[in-house]
Amino acid sequence: MAKYHVTASVNGEPVEFLCAAEQTLLDVLRDELELTGTKEGCATGDCGACSVTVDGTLVCACLMLGTEAEGREIGTIEGMADGDTLHPLQRQFLEDAALQCGVCTPGFLVAAKALLEENPEPTETEARYWLAGNLCRCTGYDKIIRAVMTTAAELRGE
Amino acid sequence: MTSLRYEAPETVEDAVRLLADADGEARALAGGTDLLVQLRTDLVRPGLIVDLKRIPRLMEVSANGAEIRVGAAVSGAVLGKSEAVKAAWPGVVEALELIGSTQIQGRASLGGNLCNGSPAADSVPALIAAGAVCEVAGPGGTREVPVEDVITAPGRLALGPGEIVVSFVMPKPPARSGDAYLRFIPRTEMDIAVVGAGVALTLGEDGVCTHARLGLGAVAPTPLLVEDGAKALIGTKVDDEALAALAAAASAACNPIDDKRGTVEYRVKVAGVLARRAALIALERARSNG
Repeated sequence: MAKYHVTASVNGEPVEFLCAAEQTLLDVLRDELELTGTKEGCATGDCGACSVTVDGTLVCACLMLGTEAEGREIGTIEGMADGDTLHPLQRQFLEDAALQCGVCTPGFLVAAKALLEENPEPTETEARYWLAGNLCRCTGYDKIIRAVMTTAAELRGE
Repeated sequence: MTSLRYEAPETVEDAVRLLADADGEARALAGGTDLLVQLRTDLVRPGLIVDLKRIPRLMEVSANGAEIRVGAAVSGAVLGKSEAVKAAWPGVVEALELIGSTQIQGRASLGGNLCNGSPAADSVPALIAAGAVCEVAGPGGTREVPVEDVITAPGRLALGPGEIVVSFVMPKPPARSGDAYLRFIPRTEMDIAVVGAGVALTLGEDGVCTHARLGLGAVAPTPLLVEDGAKALIGTKVDDEALAALAAAASAACNPIDDKRGTVEYRVKVAGVLARRAALIALERARSNG
């Protein structure tokens, strides 16, 4: 099977990988680059567990081919903490117990970070709509939203 | 297993050549939010995927005095930031933005939504109402196809081998114009339209409607342009009587399926209600665009 050579950037680091045309970006992240923080939930773009950013735009990694990453800048959950220092969203998720099994959590964190970069002062309704594509089957939405709203206020210096 | 090939041409001509010369089935890729799901579930098994997003013309939004041009692969996230398009055709932008989640909006496009061929595609009735015309490129050159003529049956398009939609051209609406798109889904977000209705209208200085278009989705095998809907509004002040006639025309145009999301009777009724409500929003916008 023909393989494609792709050069991209992941969390600010240059990467090169080989992938087949049918491999998704999610397959590449997990199987070729061994970045398994990005999760596969539904693999059809419904659940948001594989949320990543591509050139700053939030997307589902399962709905993008690995070959499409050529020249793009990919952001994953692995790039969220600064070494051992958690991102304020990660810290607040822990403090608010905004997770149970944790499979949806990387997607929620990446999506919430993208929200706060786009809109530092979201209303609760805006936060809920922005995160409507992230499903949590442990039914933890209230705690997640609370953690996002608290972090938004913290990042605004309130 | 046959090997899938991926190409990302940088010109329309190269994309057309790749698609036209393909041996087996070939698919154009815009945002991929439908195609990748179809690939995964083996609904389609193409030998070639031609990614259109490296072609500048498909990724641009431009406006001049007469028209607005939106590249077929421009994402909802990008279109939603275009002040020119939002000012001219807010209903079209809102319709595209209704599709899926924030993540889907990062990729989903007008061209992909149309060329997936679904009768329930949200952006299509809004584009029909706006009078949008597709610039189609193919082996024989380029041609213009009104949006309402593109989908011929569920999943089937009036495009020949190697033909792609390059961009959507919408007229710059005259003063006192407005448009709107509404859909009904049983939840607040992330669902497929049970009924969708797009209305565009223009008022004269005296408040009489001089131009109107009604597009409907999810109520027939293809999205519909309902000419009787326009007739119901033109020449009126878009009063209650005209709106009732519009609703009746919308319901009369329906030829829906019966499924778990809506019965025939329900869809027929809701099409009239949504057409009327969309017209009221379009009217409000037209009055404030004096």
